[in-house]
Amino acid sequence: MAQMNMIEAIRSALDVLMHKDPNVVVLGEDVGYFGGVFRCTDGLQRKYGEHRVIDAPIAEGGIIGAAIGMGVNGLRPVAEIQFADYIYPGFDQVVSELGRLRYRTSGDFFSPVTIRTPCGGGIRGGQTHSQSPESIFTHISGIKTVMPSNPYDAKGLLISAIESDDPVVFFEPKRIYNGPFDGDPEKPAVPWTSHPKGEVPESYFTVPLDEAEIVESGEELTIITYGTLVHVAQAAARLTGVDAEIVDVRTLAPLDIGTLAESVRKTGRCLIAHEATRFSGFGAELAATMQEECFYYLEAPIERVTGWDTPYPHAFEWQYFPGQKRIAAGIRKVMEVQ
Amino acid sequence: MSTKSRLHIPQPSARPGDKPDFSYLELSPAGSVDKPEVDSRVRDLEHLSAGLVRVLDDDHTAKGAWNPNIEPGDLQIALRWLMLTRVFDERMWQIQRQGRISFYMQSTGEEAVSIAQGMALRPGDMCFPSYRNQGLYLYRGTRLIDMMCQCLSNTGDMCQGRQMPIMYHNRSANIFSISGNLATQYPHAVGWAMAAAIKGEDHVAATWVGDGATAEADFHHALTFAAVYQAPVILNVVNNQWAISTFQGFAGGERRPFAARGLGLGIPGIRVDGNDLLAVYAVTLWAADRARRGGGPTLIELVTYRGGAHSTSDDPSKYRPKDEWSAFPLGDPVERLKQHLISEGHWSDAEHEKLEQELREEVLAAWKQAQQFGTMTEGPFLDPAIMFDDVYAEMPAHLEKQRRQMLELES
Repeated sequence: MAQMNMIEAIRSALDVLMHKDPNVVVLGEDVGYFGGVFRCTDGLQRKYGEHRVIDAPIAEGGIIGAAIGMGVNGLRPVAEIQFADYIYPGFDQVVSELGRLRYRTSGDFFSPVTIRTPCGGGIRGGQTHSQSPESIFTHISGIKTVMPSNPYDAKGLLISAIESDDPVVFFEPKRIYNGPFDGDPEKPAVPWTSHPKGEVPESYFTVPLDEAEIVESGEELTIITYGTLVHVAQAAARLTGVDAEIVDVRTLAPLDIGTLAESVRKTGRCLIAHEATRFSGFGAELAATMQEECFYYLEAPIERVTGWDTPYPHAFEWQYFPGQKRIAAGIRKVMEVQ
Repeated sequence: MSTKSRLHIPQPSARPGDKPDFSYLELSPAGSVDKPEVDSRVRDLEHLSAGLVRVLDDDHTAKGAWNPNIEPGDLQIALRWLMLTRVFDERMWQIQRQGRISFYMQSTGEEAVSIAQGMALRPGDMCFPSYRNQGLYLYRGTRLIDMMCQCLSNTGDMCQGRQMPIMYHNRSANIFSISGNLATQYPHAVGWAMAAAIKGEDHVAATWVGDGATAEADFHHALTFAAVYQAPVILNVVNNQWAISTFQGFAGGERRPFAARGLGLGIPGIRVDGNDLLAVYAVTLWAADRARRGGGPTLIELVTYRGGAHSTSDDPSKYRPKDEWSAFPLGDPVERLKQHLISEGHWSDAEHEKLEQELREEVLAAWKQAQQFGTMTEGPFLDPAIMFDDVYAEMPAHLEKQRRQMLELES
């Protein structure tokens, strides 16, 4: 075991697979010589060469489109989109091509592309470096959507994503690249060395793409969340003293409904938290699904705590971010119903 | 020049009722464009984007440095493929008009693009076609019956009923799947070619797009990537003058030819008579040779004319003169190859008619066979349960559940 932050864990996943499979290639803006703006690919080009860690033109549609063609020709491309906010020029390639190629050719063609992209706020990124567009991708059939909340899962899930013959959009919450952030920007940053999931095997291992994880068990309330908010929800639950069960979704699509529903049936109460905007956010899908699966077990309406339905404002980042206070208020609201 | 700015709205040279006018098309005499070495510097190739490579002259002789000197027997085979494509299109159009398939698109007038380029490529080269490349599927060995079953969405459909008619694919023949979204295949071809280069193979990729879809971002993404990595790819723009009702001026073709689109990136462009099978073959072979020798991408503009409607859902008499095709200065690719072979003494009208009759019978026989796999009204029918297959490599739980729900409702 080694201590790794999320950046090192992602780099380690790429390194392990590039060593194991010569068909794994990485492409994206600034990923090669420089090693990525967040350093996730640092050193990989020196180790594997310019033909396997490929610096790309600033054209996200071109990066994703070319990656699809590479995948059709037998490679296993990992495309980096520098910020999730920049992914939209490649959106048609994801929706109309990547997600449907296997289907429209009855399995004769497929392209096992993984798209890695940092998401989320809390880094003073304003409206163009803070978005969490995951729900848009969960809406596309044929695509798997993943968001890890810690270094161990980041490595294990990324290895599973790259090895999967299905295309995966892999969101990396950049606020927790360097440490588990509990939602309080005033507190000194905490490194991953203080967290059990900062312990990551150096060698190959996988975390399956179809399993949510109960990160904290509890009896009174289920909090369903993912990414940065896993840590914020834990802190918020402690603040309220409620015995909450916290479920990290990890893979948003396809969704591990079983683990989520089992927890909600047990506690009878459910709060959903995500950083993305609320309207048609992934929380809406989670709430609808939990209602379908657990209606007769519910003792209170399902509550959602999310980002506001505005762009992510630079000056009001912490008013926008669904921090401990907002989640704690949501917890109290769900618990008040008798 | 005026003293005010102005908004320019491109106008086609003729509308319904007008006399067709192709004076905007810049032509070069057959045999007049030089044939540079494939390892020439890009700056020494720039003139090829402005000229028009032609081999077959109006007097039906083959002329100039680009003459590929194809054996007469092989040219007869090429003519057969051109004619088969046309006969197939004619039959499928009728079949759609009879309501027996939902939709169809002809390639009438531009058959030489697919056949000549198919001939010039090697089997290991990968094709990323547009929706008017049916000749390429046929030439590469897709059986008529397979094409027809796809259009019928029946039990013999390669797509298992998931794509509307004409959106074929053929993995074993190295032809990619057709998308309804335009130009998306362009970056795929470049990525495929990049992978071939990464793997050290000498295969090239070729891709096709219409004049209209050159306006799509994917076209420009692909050109940038192809240029940056010098990918072994042939980027074809089939300029058939019309994108449904939108004439090529609306894709930016008024002031510079589409062949010049890559010059700013250092991609040489060749403008070629797209209705001249010999010229298209020669130009494609040149571009493939250049790509295989590490010279990188070539953009080929194939100047042709969309002889028919855009699709069975279109009525071109609403926006262009009815007789425009007959006035097109580059003629009809089938007629031109036929007349060339006749003038060389290797073909006759009688042989041509006989072959046409044989092909009609072949296509009709295939149609009879294809219907055995099911029609829109008669079984056998595809099992609706398969609509949930191939969304993912393995069916996830939610799709399994939806599949059960659907089957319960259907039973």
